[in-house]
Amino acid sequence: MVQAGVVVADLAAARMQMALSLGWHIVIACFGVGMPAIVLFAEWRGHRTGDAHFRLLARRWARAMGVLFAVGAVSGTILSFEMGLLWPGLMGTYGEVIGLPFSLEGIAFFIEAIFLGIYLYAWDRLPPVPHMLSAVPIVMAGVASAFFVVTANAWMQQPTGFDVAGGRVVAVDPWAAMFNPATPPQTAHMILAAFMVAGFGMASVYAVAMLRGRRDRYHRLGFLLPFTVAAVITPVQVGVGDWAARFVADNQPVKLAAMEGVYESARGVPLHLGGVATGGEMRYALEIPNGLSLLAHGDPQAEVMGLNEVPARDRPPVNVVHWAFQIMVGIGVALLALSAWFGLAWRRRRDFPRSRWFLRAASLSGVASVLALEAGWVVTEVGRQPWIVYGVLRVSEAVNPAPGLAYGFILVAAVYAVLTAGTVYVLRLMARRPVPIAPQESDVTGEPVV
Amino acid sequence: MSLAEIMLAALWLGLSAYVLFGGADFGGGVWDLLAGGTHRGRDQRDLVMHSIGPIWEANHVWLIFVIVLMWTGIPSVFAAITSTLYIPLTLAALGIIARGAGFAFRKASTDLWQQRLFGAAFAFSSVVTPFFLGTAAGAIASGRVPPGIAAGDVMSAWLNPTSAVSGALAVGIAAYLAAVYLTHDARRGRRQDLAEAFRARALAAGMMVGLLATAGLLVLRGDAPGLFTELTTGRALPLLVLSVAAGLVSLVLLWRRTYLAARASAALTVLGLLWGWGLGQYPWLLPGVTLDQAAATRPVLAATLGALAVGALITLPSLWYLYATFQRPTPSADQDRPHTTGDDTPASGRRRE
Repeated sequence: MVQAGVVVADLAAARMQMALSLGWHIVIACFGVGMPAIVLFAEWRGHRTGDAHFRLLARRWARAMGVLFAVGAVSGTILSFEMGLLWPGLMGTYGEVIGLPFSLEGIAFFIEAIFLGIYLYAWDRLPPVPHMLSAVPIVMAGVASAFFVVTANAWMQQPTGFDVAGGRVVAVDPWAAMFNPATPPQTAHMILAAFMVAGFGMASVYAVAMLRGRRDRYHRLGFLLPFTVAAVITPVQVGVGDWAARFVADNQPVKLAAMEGVYESARGVPLHLGGVATGGEMRYALEIPNGLSLLAHGDPQAEVMGLNEVPARDRPPVNVVHWAFQIMVGIGVALLALSAWFGLAWRRRRDFPRSRWFLRAASLSGVASVLALEAGWVVTEVGRQPWIVYGVLRVSEAVNPAPGLAYGFILVAAVYAVLTAGTVYVLRLMARRPVPIAPQESDVTGEPVV
Repeated sequence: MSLAEIMLAALWLGLSAYVLFGGADFGGGVWDLLAGGTHRGRDQRDLVMHSIGPIWEANHVWLIFVIVLMWTGIPSVFAAITSTLYIPLTLAALGIIARGAGFAFRKASTDLWQQRLFGAAFAFSSVVTPFFLGTAAGAIASGRVPPGIAAGDVMSAWLNPTSAVSGALAVGIAAYLAAVYLTHDARRGRRQDLAEAFRARALAAGMMVGLLATAGLLVLRGDAPGLFTELTTGRALPLLVLSVAAGLVSLVLLWRRTYLAARASAALTVLGLLWGWGLGQYPWLLPGVTLDQAAATRPVLAATLGALAVGALITLPSLWYLYATFQRPTPSADQDRPHTTGDDTPASGRRRE
């Protein structure tokens, strides 16, 4: 049911543009949420123990954080434009329903930007304690803004807090919309994911350095601190992920059916590992008997709804959602195993595993956690299709019918290609700058660390 | 005042803050573009970087504030504007990306060629972005954005006389504010030569803005007669008078090198124009659409304004603290040290604060 005048290519372009800019921003935003706490902890340990390695790490991480925060701020801004540029049918009617969390997020973003300016630029203007205190609002506001933004996304999955009459929303309760049923599992899952991406991402840089033979205290600490954060959070995330999946099973059964490639409603449904959905059935999958019924509803004989219960036009693309879910869960389990390996070695002898295989795996953990993040986001968003507001408004009804969106997408994609290249280049440039052999006065007084 | 009016006032306050602070950051990029060759322009570029470095991200948030308040408070108007004006607004958003990334990348890079490349992205996009945002403002002011989704002409809505003048005016205002602000920053950094240079630029930009604003009025007369009448004979006239008077005063103050007072009068000049436009158009947001018709439902306005009031209690003192921190001389400024702040590029390490 595409609106009159909307070219199918333009709808696809609008979706691709949103996916590209959101999929890009989500990675940077994870560092914005997770990194400040890790940097602050390093600075605090440095002042507390007098170990200059910590302060040096904090200083260098803070610079990378400055770059990431800047590209995060601007890549987030285009998203707020795109909400209206691409989806005026959503914002023109429902903008007021989800406006409250975005307003609150704006306040949180103000706090982040203000105190980041102080934290980064006043390193030499403030004594240690006020300087560290200036990072506390960044940590809190980062987590808060992730929470607020994800509540709006959760509302798109579980729209509550409004009625529609005559094409306009009435009886809007913005607090009910914000605290919709999907808010608790989705926000928890996202915030933990942010800390995992930041922790594994930062640690993998130092794992690579150690594989190349730089095993001094500076690199060991640079690895241990963020890796520990991520390793502690990973098992919690597996539990929260299970909660989120059960929530989907109860509230978005069509999405669950797509995640698992279930076509026929039945009791005692098996879990599909791998496989391809083709011709209205799931083929070549490894089946674990009664697995899905047990995992989704806690009962091996529980009934699971199949895709055939809804018309084809109300179903999401099964293979995309199914495989994205497999990838996310697979990486999650692998990261859990890596974290357990680390935890066991640490319990035994207060050190990370000696095997080079551990460092090899750890050096991949950053990329892997980003992949899992993107895959999880694909499950959430593609699994919601064809709805932009689940069960209420279709994506095709919300898209901007103006001509030529496809050209806009090409331009945006080109800009993002350059932005990606620039970000990677500059971060590598910063990482390659040599570390001083002995700790200098510089990391406390504010001289450039070159 | 009704809740909708309070919301609109908050929206316009946010827009004012964005123009006064964020606009000046774009203006810094304009002067960066015009600073001349790598060697000759270095000191000016360093001053610009140093002045906007810690604050541009916070200033930028005002834009997010304006966008979010629009879709929350007047959702159908937001959808009409963004869908009809998606071309200039996409270009402005891409300009914002290039500006922020270029600035951050330049600060993080050490080689000259890198600094020039990223600096060029920063400077060029600092001109482009306010221009496109200005054309969008012109489209709204001249009634070219009708209600409804993508109901206007996606090209002529922003390719027209009013949009052209308002785009140029936006760039001029940004440059003018930046030059006026930088005179005081340069003097505080004890760089009389730079203060003189930006004084000359501020005077030139001020006269340019005056000319553009006059041209804009003439264009409005034919293009948007309703707004023209309100501005020249209606209730917006006092604000127009205020703007002209403050503009002239700011030129005198610059001439007499009273830089701090010139900041205030330059800000008043711009505020007069902005609020004059707002008052001249009120209560019509789009052709045939008044504030009362477009405003969000009461519970939304109440919750959002309440949240913003609480937020302002936290945010405004924090903003004040941010500006105060960096408008104070550094502890090291009085000593004869070869380097200043550690977080600057090596290039700016050469300059004493």
